[in-house]
Amino acid sequence: MQIIKDNQLCDNAWQFIADDADLPAGDISVSFNKWQQAEAQLLNHEGKLGVRIGSADAVASIASDLDKIALVELDFPDFADGRLFSSAWLLRSRYGYQGEIRAIGHFMPDQVFYLSRVGVNAFAPAKADYLPMILANLADFTVQYQASVN
Amino acid sequence: MYQYNPIDQTLVDERVAQFRRQTEQFLKGEISEDQFRALRLRNGLYIQTHAPMLRIAVPYGLLSSQQLRKIAHIGRTYDRDYCHLTTRQNIQFNWPKLEQVPDILAELATVQMHAIQTSGNCMRNTTSDHLAGVAVDEIEDPRPYCEIIRQWTTLHPEFDYLPRKFKIAVSGALHDRAATQFHDIGVHLVKNAAGETGFKILVGGGLGRTPIIGQVIKPYLERQHLLSYLEAILRIYNLFGRRDNKYKARIKILVKETGLAEFSRQVEEEWLLIRDTMLLSDERINAIKGHFQAPAYQADAAEDNSFNQHLQNDPAFATWYKHNTAAHKVAGYRAVFVSLKAPDVPPGDMTGQQVDAVADMADQYSFGEIRSTHRQNLIFADVKQADLYPLWQQLTALALATPNIGTVTDIICCPGLDFCSLANAGSIGITKEINEALDDMDYIHDLGDIKINISGCMNGCAHQSVGHIGILGVDKKGAEWYQLTLGGSSENEAAIGERLGPAVAKDEVTNAITTILDVYVKQRMDDESFLDMVKRVGIDPFKEQVYANH
Repeated sequence: MQIIKDNQLCDNAWQFIADDADLPAGDISVSFNKWQQAEAQLLNHEGKLGVRIGSADAVASIASDLDKIALVELDFPDFADGRLFSSAWLLRSRYGYQGEIRAIGHFMPDQVFYLSRVGVNAFAPAKADYLPMILANLADFTVQYQASVN
Repeated sequence: MYQYNPIDQTLVDERVAQFRRQTEQFLKGEISEDQFRALRLRNGLYIQTHAPMLRIAVPYGLLSSQQLRKIAHIGRTYDRDYCHLTTRQNIQFNWPKLEQVPDILAELATVQMHAIQTSGNCMRNTTSDHLAGVAVDEIEDPRPYCEIIRQWTTLHPEFDYLPRKFKIAVSGALHDRAATQFHDIGVHLVKNAAGETGFKILVGGGLGRTPIIGQVIKPYLERQHLLSYLEAILRIYNLFGRRDNKYKARIKILVKETGLAEFSRQVEEEWLLIRDTMLLSDERINAIKGHFQAPAYQADAAEDNSFNQHLQNDPAFATWYKHNTAAHKVAGYRAVFVSLKAPDVPPGDMTGQQVDAVADMADQYSFGEIRSTHRQNLIFADVKQADLYPLWQQLTALALATPNIGTVTDIICCPGLDFCSLANAGSIGITKEINEALDDMDYIHDLGDIKINISGCMNGCAHQSVGHIGILGVDKKGAEWYQLTLGGSSENEAAIGERLGPAVAKDEVTNAITTILDVYVKQRMDDESFLDMVKRVGIDPFKEQVYANH
């Protein structure tokens, strides 16, 4: 499925690899647990690496690894769970992460403006129908009261 | 008062366009019911028992006459020609049509108003002292800081999907009239030894099912750090507040379960990392203060003689003056309460005609401004004494001068079972019955300062747990029953009311209340207030009489 990245529709080049599966060639993302358990093995992988973060995962624990990580996926269990907004902010502001931060899972197309403001630059929604909505909603506001990190 | 600049105006205009688009997408089925619920709540729109309810933000309770006229117009055009004032200084409409709400919001935007974040699990309207800027016991006017907080909370991208709703109240006076000890964050303006203004920050207070008194987390915060400190608290709460149980999701539970010491440590650690990046400059503070300059008071206002003559000649005016006006820091001026507690009207309700008339009176007598109070009344903050008599006459003609402010019939009351889908029991009907039983104004005045708060369910929108007398509606096998509490207070000596005993049936509530009042009248010492007597004797003497026949 296509995704939105940096305000544009594009193809997704990444694949997520389950914890117990072999690592295929190419750009792969793995779970937060897998990263913590098998970092050395992963670093030998040819291709770029990504980590999938859940709401309860503390991004501080991968802060020192961020230069090896090209993609952080924020996996929304539910649009009402706002913890990942802070996780994104921490990644960009506190830890100076420069790579791709991608919202995946059950976020709402109506949350993408806020997500972009806390540093999320890519969106892989649960439904393809949401792609045009996301592109439009990224431009919901032209003004703001708080500093942005995007 | 604060006037929007082009950025503020653009923001509310774009918010209207966004909600119009969201409503259209929902009506076309492109947004699910669940998603639209979260979006409409963040624009103040509930779906209630009979119809949607729209809650409009009144930042720290301040309104202009122009805004009031718009409220009256909206009531006439889109609702049933009345509106309701809430305990968070906001205004509600009970009968709007869902598809017309974007138009209502567009109308509001033309007078610098909105309904942003008046509901939902986000940072809500910041409330404050209704006597801000005029109170005799004020350290500094809190409104500029309220406005700074308002802007920071509005559309905050990181904190719009919190574990639960989040409420901030600010007090700038010695006497707390903003219930700051019962807010998620309470901000008190204080002076340090050098005479500089800063803030004492309280955290973890709240009402609802688990009433808790807030605790001091920062005894003195320099004013340039206000927003960074709030942000640090919010980030810790957003990351660690409980999301597994909505009844344990407020910050009060996080603070209680984490312990104040450890919670403070986490906040401090976070704050030290951000405080230098979010400094509030003196320039910014002064620019906002510029919006809250004192109006052009008349230097000779106190020299007017007509006022004293009216006081002597007209006992009804004198009674109203005593109960419905408050001291003002400028000689010759008073703050005037508009009582929305006429005996036969649901507390806090106003007709469109009354709203329009209040707007006219604000223009004529109080520099075109009005405030809402958390006890569901209005205030003209700056009335010179020569104008009190004609203002009283006009208010009397509109049934807005019932001399009962601070008395037993100045009841805080939620919409209850009549309107609210959460309620277990009626509250407006109970208020009406109590009013019918207490129809002797002299008796009411003799009782003095008694605050009755009535909520129709555990959510406690009418703050029953901090009422001197609290009445809480509960469902008992499909019937409406009421639990009574005594001794609560939301002011300086904050206290949560103690339960009197088993719940009483609906037809016994008024009797119980009059019995409680009789016990007070018989057993009070000298001019002891009701609250003081409850503190002295406890609940037993009341309990004995209320349950005597059971």
